[in-house]
Amino acid sequence: MPTYEARLIITLKQGVLDPQGQASASALAGLGFEGLQSLRQGKVMDLTLEANDEPTAREALSAMCEKLLANTVIEDYQIDGLAQTSATS
Amino acid sequence: MALAVIQFPGSNRDSDMVEALAHVTGTKPHLVWHAETSLPAGIEAVVLPGGFSYGDYLRCGAIAARAPVMTEVAKRAQQGLPVIGVCNGFQILIEAGLLPGALMRNANLRFVCKTVDLEVQSNRSRFLEGFDVGTRWACPVAHGDGNYVCSADMLARLQDTDSIALTYASGSNPNGSVANIAGITNEAGNVLGMMPHPENISLPHQPTQVGARIFEGLLHAAA
Repeated sequence: MPTYEARLIITLKQGVLDPQGQASASALAGLGFEGLQSLRQGKVMDLTLEANDEPTAREALSAMCEKLLANTVIEDYQIDGLAQTSATS
Repeated sequence: MALAVIQFPGSNRDSDMVEALAHVTGTKPHLVWHAETSLPAGIEAVVLPGGFSYGDYLRCGAIAARAPVMTEVAKRAQQGLPVIGVCNGFQILIEAGLLPGALMRNANLRFVCKTVDLEVQSNRSRFLEGFDVGTRWACPVAHGDGNYVCSADMLARLQDTDSIALTYASGSNPNGSVANIAGITNEAGNVLGMMPHPENISLPHQPTQVGARIFEGLLHAAA
């Protein structure tokens, strides 16, 4: 079965308060970085999985996000850079 | 009466909860490990205690909410079994989809450990039937992620269905929760989640015993 790699990017939905991002932004301002308008913090997860084909891999990743990895009440997720790494394993 | 306190890896208020429940009900509750797939026979209520289940990895309560025992807890909750989650237990109930919304990092980013004033907004839940609506009582909180958020539509629904059970009294909101929410119920009223710790004010040696009234509601809830 082919092996795929993918990166999941999980971000807070627009409008959801991000106190951690705000704290980092104010720390940057304290360091003298000017012009920073916003900073939103999220999560990046790199996964390796086996699947029959790319659509199946994408479907599995989506289900993982919906069921556990993202809280869809407050977070959006996107699947980035899904690519096959080997033909067989 | 037969009560179950669920233990997850990282629960740390389970013993306090057991003591409070044993004191109020006169019976020591069952401690049920998260990996169980069933609850002891004749269980009349389930209690999810506070702590840091799974080290708060991913999101507070997220992994505990998918533990094997939670499938049974969810099934029984939907059938009307009284379920209460305190602090991390509230986070777990939300992550399990038994209560709506989300609990996020406190707005000021600080872990808060202090006593705050609560106000009873609804005594529809059997846990709160010992309180008149509008009653204020002081209760300890101890959490880093108690900032309740939900969509405007959901907030309206919580209000319309009388599901906001407890709020922080005006000026007492320690975490930035929308509408000062400290605790909510499901629409049926049998599931209550709250950030404050009633088990800290239930025993004779504790500062007050107001919290015992929450658990006394369980005695009446047994049906």
